[in-house]
Amino acid sequence: MTDNRFVNKSELIGILLLAALLVVILPLFLDVFRLNLVAKYLTYAFVALGLVICWGYGGILSLGQGVFFGLGGYCMAMFLKLEASSVENTKIQSTPGIPDFMDWNQITALPMFWKPFHSLTFTVIAIVLVPGLFALIIGAAMFKRRVGGTYFAIITQAVAAILTILIVGQQGYTGGINGMTDLRTLKGWDIRPDHAKIVLYFFEVGCLFVCIFIAQFIRHSKLGRILVAMRDKEDRVRFSGYSVANFKIFAFCVSAVFAAIGGAMFALNVGFMSPSFVGIVPSIEMVIYTAVGGRLSILGAIYGTLLVNFAKTSLSESFPELWLFGLGGLFIAVVLAFPNGLAGIWGDYIAPQIARLFNSGNSKPGGWAGKPVADSTPAE
Amino acid sequence: MLIGHQPKEFLLAVEALTVSFDGFKAVNDLSFYVEENEIRVIIGPNGAGKTTVLDLICGKTKATSGSIQFRGKELTKLKENEIVQAGVGRKFQTPSIYDDLTVFENLEISYPKGRSVYGALTFKRDAAVRARVEEVAEMIFLKDRLDTGADLLSHGQKQWLEIGMLLIQDPELLMLDEPVAGMSVSERVKTAELLNRIIKDRSVLVIEHDMKFVEDIAHKVTVLNQGQILSEGTMDKVKNDPKVIEVYLGH
Repeated sequence: MTDNRFVNKSELIGILLLAALLVVILPLFLDVFRLNLVAKYLTYAFVALGLVICWGYGGILSLGQGVFFGLGGYCMAMFLKLEASSVENTKIQSTPGIPDFMDWNQITALPMFWKPFHSLTFTVIAIVLVPGLFALIIGAAMFKRRVGGTYFAIITQAVAAILTILIVGQQGYTGGINGMTDLRTLKGWDIRPDHAKIVLYFFEVGCLFVCIFIAQFIRHSKLGRILVAMRDKEDRVRFSGYSVANFKIFAFCVSAVFAAIGGAMFALNVGFMSPSFVGIVPSIEMVIYTAVGGRLSILGAIYGTLLVNFAKTSLSESFPELWLFGLGGLFIAVVLAFPNGLAGIWGDYIAPQIARLFNSGNSKPGGWAGKPVADSTPAE
Repeated sequence: MLIGHQPKEFLLAVEALTVSFDGFKAVNDLSFYVEENEIRVIIGPNGAGKTTVLDLICGKTKATSGSIQFRGKELTKLKENEIVQAGVGRKFQTPSIYDDLTVFENLEISYPKGRSVYGALTFKRDAAVRARVEEVAEMIFLKDRLDTGADLLSHGQKQWLEIGMLLIQDPELLMLDEPVAGMSVSERVKTAELLNRIIKDRSVLVIEHDMKFVEDIAHKVTVLNQGQILSEGTMDKVKNDPKVIEVYLGH
């Protein structure tokens, strides 16, 4: 009988292995600087996780996830920036008590839309709701009119470009191209020292696992199967009595909220937010992480994000000009040769080998790979 | 209103239905009525507009003018999923099933519960669902293939699976587009047997080319040609209609 629980045995093992890696092994063997790099990579893992739901299962390729990453990140950064801009800290400005970039741009009072970000509760709600509602509006406008596939991808690209231009252009309100820098404390707790970085790392890993469990729940619900069905035969789903547009909007909103949580974690862990994480290039990079890890695999996308970023950091240190070619080549190679990414390689080649080694009755391959039957649809 | 003059209420009343694609009228001022528990077969040469009629009823194609009343509800104004929820089920010409899912999951998705986003998230695969899926799977000869990926089924089995997906919806009006096309002889016999079993207690609208099959099941036959009705009545009447013989049966 087909499995209906939200984690099965092999997935549970996969999640426990990931937990062991993130909670025990990495903190034990990495220094704080490297651990903080992992924290930065993991912020993209939230985006990749959302893309698994939206792109892998739902077949909706969004090339604009940077928008939601950015919205979440900016919401968090606005709160932190306000706290860092107390009257005491900014007394050398011509208008003390407002963020430094506003003062540089001759703004003399805090704009209205900034004021609620004095409250942490409001900020946390905004991190989820602002990108969620924005995705709802884009999704409703597109999917109700049955815009999909390539057209949808191009429109999300356009949205990413527009938001970048908006942020850069309105530098008095957003910090412009430099973004929001010099974030210091969270409710008076300094986020910059090493011990704070470690606490924030563990907090982020905790949030990631909450999101993994939400993704697992969606995937194993009937909604998850409807997404897969929709990717395959949209019309049949419609003629089985479902509103296809609503399901697409839902998948897109979930991916947006996950991306936004990642963005907020970025602002906390890395200590700044800038438009370079919002635009077209970062949005495409996030899709590449998901593709390399395996767009049908919740855990695969997280490993993919970590590996590509490790490679990026080490290679771009030694061959800065070659890195982008490498990344592009990697994406092409994965799509052509391994459409299901690392998770597909694991599920098809490695897991069966391991099962053969430990040939003791329960030799079920799979691990964190998607179900083999769900692996056959090519990218849009 | 005409309703007062009508002797009984029709399940489906198609009136003055017209659809034009860039000036070409694929269906032209078409009217016909289907009664409760009636089995109606639509025949006609290629390009007569048979499939378009089904597309119009199920909402896949929007009508240019005319009306389609189903139990007094105007279908031309509803969305596809609302038409399904009103009780109209449609099987497509080529098997339209979910290749990436198992037979069980294909049937389960068609089970008429949890059709909203929230409903689908909280949908529980309870005993009633399992029992119904197994019951339908038995009817469509796929009881021992429940865990098979649908992409591994034969063409005939895929057709049955899609019929099963309709069956589990329990529609009042079932529309089948060439249900036995492309089947082997033994599959054809089994399908006829299956259809004869499932058409009880509901109205059925079938498009079919296989005349033997049509004669077996049809209560009434509608012959379409160039988007218009050429003849309508019992198989015997239609068969002997000189107009029909000329355009369709004659060659």
